[in-house]
Amino acid sequence: MDLELLVGIFPQVLLDGILLGFMYALIALGYTMVYGVLEFINFAHSEIFIVGAFVGVEILLGLKSAGVLDSVPWVLVLLLILVAGMLASGVLAVSVERIAYRPLRHAPRLIPLISAIGVSFFLQDAIRLFESIWRNAFNLVYPTLDVLNHRYDLTATVDVPLKSLVVIVAALLMLWGLWALVNRTKIGTAIRAVAEDQAAASLMGINVNRIISLTFLIGGAMGGAAGVLFGVQYGLINPYTGFIPGLKAFTAAVLGGIGNIPGAMVGGLVLGLLEAFAASYLSLLTGGAFGAEYKDIFAFSALILILIFRPKGLLGEVVRERA
Amino acid sequence: MVVLALDGLEVYYGEIHALKRVALEVQSGEIVALLGNNGAGKTTTLKTISGLLAPRQGTVSFETRPLTGVPPHEVVARGIAHVPEGRRIFNRLTVRENLLMGAYLRRDAGIADDLERVFALFPRLQERITQVAGTLSGGEQQMLAIGRALMARPRLLLLDEPSMGLAPVLVEQIFATIAEVNRQGTTILLVEQNAAMALSIAHRGYVLETGTVVLSGTAAALGENAEVRRAYLGE
Repeated sequence: MDLELLVGIFPQVLLDGILLGFMYALIALGYTMVYGVLEFINFAHSEIFIVGAFVGVEILLGLKSAGVLDSVPWVLVLLLILVAGMLASGVLAVSVERIAYRPLRHAPRLIPLISAIGVSFFLQDAIRLFESIWRNAFNLVYPTLDVLNHRYDLTATVDVPLKSLVVIVAALLMLWGLWALVNRTKIGTAIRAVAEDQAAASLMGINVNRIISLTFLIGGAMGGAAGVLFGVQYGLINPYTGFIPGLKAFTAAVLGGIGNIPGAMVGGLVLGLLEAFAASYLSLLTGGAFGAEYKDIFAFSALILILIFRPKGLLGEVVRERA
Repeated sequence: MVVLALDGLEVYYGEIHALKRVALEVQSGEIVALLGNNGAGKTTTLKTISGLLAPRQGTVSFETRPLTGVPPHEVVARGIAHVPEGRRIFNRLTVRENLLMGAYLRRDAGIADDLERVFALFPRLQERITQVAGTLSGGEQQMLAIGRALMARPRLLLLDEPSMGLAPVLVEQIFATIAEVNRQGTTILLVEQNAAMALSIAHRGYVLETGTVVLSGTAAALGENAEVRRAYLGE
């Protein structure tokens, strides 16, 4: 075993893990917001996420074919695709709730869950249909913005591309912004009130349906932002790309304590780091017996262990309530 | 002046006929007690007024405007606050956040003054202002539930079993405060199993039995009624 190699790649793996973790955290916010308010798992969130990535790639391809992609400042381009992706995914999430979940609000719990899985399939194939007609292809590649691929050397062996820094900074800003919104504003307090007791909240004058729509809007917008950042970071997307990151992000949300915003970040980082380290070290440490493809076993084993010993997740609620 | 009038209310829970031709009136400035045993329809009556339940027939009107079928979040805007059975405070919110949720629809500058007013009525709440509401004692939670409703600055306050689960000394304290809130100008419709306590502060009362109003009158008259004394005052 080459100890020097193991130590040498450590910082780079750490960086990759953090990056992946923030990506999961952003997607996890959508699951966690909706679960916090409705105790419902929006399985269509992985597609709401990937729709953001498609909106981003369409704008970039449009700008590119118009020949202006390289003449507009990269910060503006990035902001444009982020805002557009957030808007599209946010509106989509609100519409999905109105059409597919709200009529089932008082049905047994399994029913809206099945509806969500149906929406997930529907959206996957709707994107595929649209892109097949529009571009004659549904595997799309994000056009590269050269500036974003510029790599900064941190040490002799570790470097970080600008786009990864962008992802981390954007994710931190959004996590902080959302946390502040939920905990420091009146509308955020109303969201928490509805999460706890819908009937009592309505007696305060809170329009419960409007708060639920708002929750889907925020969760969807965060998912859309994650989609755009995912595309910028990893490049290749297709209509089914959202499924696995969505599942992982859901895992991250549960890991951190579903319904809990800091929990989404902690869960995302734990899962991202586990995955990155497993992917890089498993094969080295076992002499090739276990390859990087076993990384998910580690990620999900961690989930199972944490759920056995801390069923409410790492940051699960510890508030004592009296009857 | 009649502020609240219920007429011919028929309310069902599925197939269960919970209210039958219920009619009652509340005059401006009154405390009206709604008495009756478990399952008589007291809570159902309040829920129908605040819009949590919709009557199959009959009308609710408030200050001459119809209130039937108005959703709960709009009923608050009309000037009615409801302290529900079991208090239903937001356990995970702080005392302060709970009170501010009571003032959710208000945009005026008087919210800070009303916070002071609630703290004057319930000094314990001020001591616990940053505490998470779920950690309050039962009596404090009841104070918070009433304080939260007052933050809406209601003209009519609906109270559902404010004495539930509280020690007698606390019950007296809560009822004294309810009487004080009424003296400050809020009309009150009070649902209570503790009939003696309710009649001690009420002006008038109605007695519900299996969804029907069977008796009504002034608090003094009800307190002397042989039937009421036997069934609700434990004599």
